[in-house]
Amino acid sequence: MKEKAFVQGFDTNLEARHRKGLLWRVVFQASTIVGIVALIALMLNIINSAFGFVAYEAKVDPDTLTVDGTPIQDQSKEQLVARLQSTLSRGAYNKLDKDEPFAERSREEVYQLVIERIVRPQVVEVWNLWSSLTQADEIRAAVARDHPGAELEFVSWLTHDFVSRPQTSEPLTAGVRTAILGSLWTILFTILLAFPIGVGAAIYLEEYASDNWLNRIIQTNINNLAGVPSIVYGILGLAIFVRTLEPLTSGAVFGLVDPTTANGRTVLSAGLTLGLLVLPIIIINAQEAIRAVPHSLRNASYGVGATKWQTVWSHVLPNAMPGILTGTILAVSRAIGETAPLVVVGASTAISFDPNSPFSKFTTLPIQIYQWTSRPQDEFRSLAAASILVLLILLLSLNASAVLLRNRFARRF
Amino acid sequence: MAELTLKNVEKKASTMSLRRKPRWGETIIQALLFFSGFFSIFTTLGIVYELGKEALLFFQMPEVNFLSTLTTTEWKPHIGKFGIWPLLNATLMTTLIAMAIAIPLGMAVAIYLSEYAKPRVRLTLKPILEVLAGIPTIVYGYFALTFMTPLLREIFGKDVVQIYNTGSAGLVMGILILPLITSMTEDALSAVPRSLREAAYGVGGTKLEVALQIVVPAALSGIAAAIIVGLSRAIGETMIVAVAAGAGPNFTFSPFVGAETITGHIVRISGGDLSYDSIDYNSIFALGLFLFVVTLILNIISQAIVRRFREVYE
Repeated sequence: MKEKAFVQGFDTNLEARHRKGLLWRVVFQASTIVGIVALIALMLNIINSAFGFVAYEAKVDPDTLTVDGTPIQDQSKEQLVARLQSTLSRGAYNKLDKDEPFAERSREEVYQLVIERIVRPQVVEVWNLWSSLTQADEIRAAVARDHPGAELEFVSWLTHDFVSRPQTSEPLTAGVRTAILGSLWTILFTILLAFPIGVGAAIYLEEYASDNWLNRIIQTNINNLAGVPSIVYGILGLAIFVRTLEPLTSGAVFGLVDPTTANGRTVLSAGLTLGLLVLPIIIINAQEAIRAVPHSLRNASYGVGATKWQTVWSHVLPNAMPGILTGTILAVSRAIGETAPLVVVGASTAISFDPNSPFSKFTTLPIQIYQWTSRPQDEFRSLAAASILVLLILLLSLNASAVLLRNRFARRF
Repeated sequence: MAELTLKNVEKKASTMSLRRKPRWGETIIQALLFFSGFFSIFTTLGIVYELGKEALLFFQMPEVNFLSTLTTTEWKPHIGKFGIWPLLNATLMTTLIAMAIAIPLGMAVAIYLSEYAKPRVRLTLKPILEVLAGIPTIVYGYFALTFMTPLLREIFGKDVVQIYNTGSAGLVMGILILPLITSMTEDALSAVPRSLREAAYGVGGTKLEVALQIVVPAALSGIAAAIIVGLSRAIGETMIVAVAAGAGPNFTFSPFVGAETITGHIVRISGGDLSYDSIDYNSIFALGLFLFVVTLILNIISQAIVRRFREVYE
């Protein structure tokens, strides 16, 4: 009797337990879906702003610039230069010539200048992709009613020109070439600092270090540094590279006297700061790669009489290299996306000239995104969205190459 | 040709030294490697020294009083008021909102991935998580300002929700930290041996009971470490709050109002041309030192938890 009651109770209880199990299963799945939806929303939101209608008005009608029946877009470089000379003030013209002599500029560049300085198309209003697709007719009607002189055009803010044009203050002609080159220059010095020291430290910790207090401190310290907020590295970079090492980072010790970069807020300072930031990540990844090399390889090398370094150099490193490179690429992609430390180190707010030395002023892609995002106008939001796409494509290809590298060279022992 | 006699061999062996030869190349290389290893110590010392030095200068300034910094609720450098609470309060608010999103969601996703998902689903979802984790934080900042804020304003009304607010920054920060917590928790759950699960199924546990009563407790140290790492990440997160949480310190408990966090303040102050030895310059070092110490303590706690409470299985 008693047994039956127990079984009955068990049966009813079982149903409740299964119901509960099912309920929570749905909760777990829903949470996962929420995460995926967030990612999709993030992407759609960016794409939504990167394309769409834009209405703009020219300050000067391009038709009035026709010379002898040749419209502005077909004129020769000399005609365009003459147009600039006659329209701009003498000071403005001379400044342009001083920045880069007209003789050295290509026709395309001069044409861009004419558009930028004389025609001066100004954005009146922009629409995102969604409303451009769903309310195209309303938008056309609104523009025709409110801005009779404006041109309405469906644009992709991300174009080949956008990537290859320098930064300007005009949304319609702005580009990210300066920022991309700035990012590449910065990353170069990041790698030059962090890769050799990071791999060296990993070799030391895995192959040479004995288990004593000093080496334990070094290891703990590296693990802790990996968790320090990036902005703290920015403050460190400001104190050490920008201020203390100013003669070096401004290039003064190399006899470089450029008043604009004399404050040490240069590509070099930025690169070294990011180098310190990614160093612990590179060390930890390289350590894992070195640890994965089996001991039999080392013992075989010692067995034929190789020294420690010969063993490390010819056997451990070649086998660990794919792992080390994968880890380095991931660390570099982290550095490329960093914004906060570079703001603190002192990225320039507006430069239109490409960095050409370690001692140039700098801006990077994330900094550019930050500045455009901070502007309230919609057209700058669209520019920010387009540069985010550039950044994400860059990072995605880096990550893809890391995965390929891992799959191509990964060895199983 | 020398004959290979016993005598010759003996003679040769007697001239061969079996003592270890000094190899200078090896020694130099080892010294260089040790220097590389030691380099990171310099980084830490540099942080402690530079931040400590300037922070000390900050507290020595006549306008600044250590005690009133900790106790007052106004941060207005131009009139000499340096109460840290408005900044700290905003940091705590965004962190709290972020953790309220990231902990439950992160745990649920991790349990789903580790215990429920089929291998194929897991193999597709894990890379997606890694992609989420690899997106630069400025992109999340853009997302907060151009998507989350309009969404909040749509839901709660434009009069209630300001354009810059800690709520939307906190929510997006939760999305940012979600993959971090998920991936660390999932690692901890996967490390629990199969035999424990089989034993629990053997006495009639349902899938949920096994997951929540056996696997999660067994992985608790790893989960706690994941949460603390997420917390430290949230406190140090900068670009989302710099873009979306608003400029200007504001002591408020409303998530719909703009307020500047510690990190946001550092970015705004140093964004302009900062002159050395000004009070603003020194104040960012004091704030940076505070961030460094807090995150360092959190990281040490998380490592200690993992070391102390880790269940080791055969």
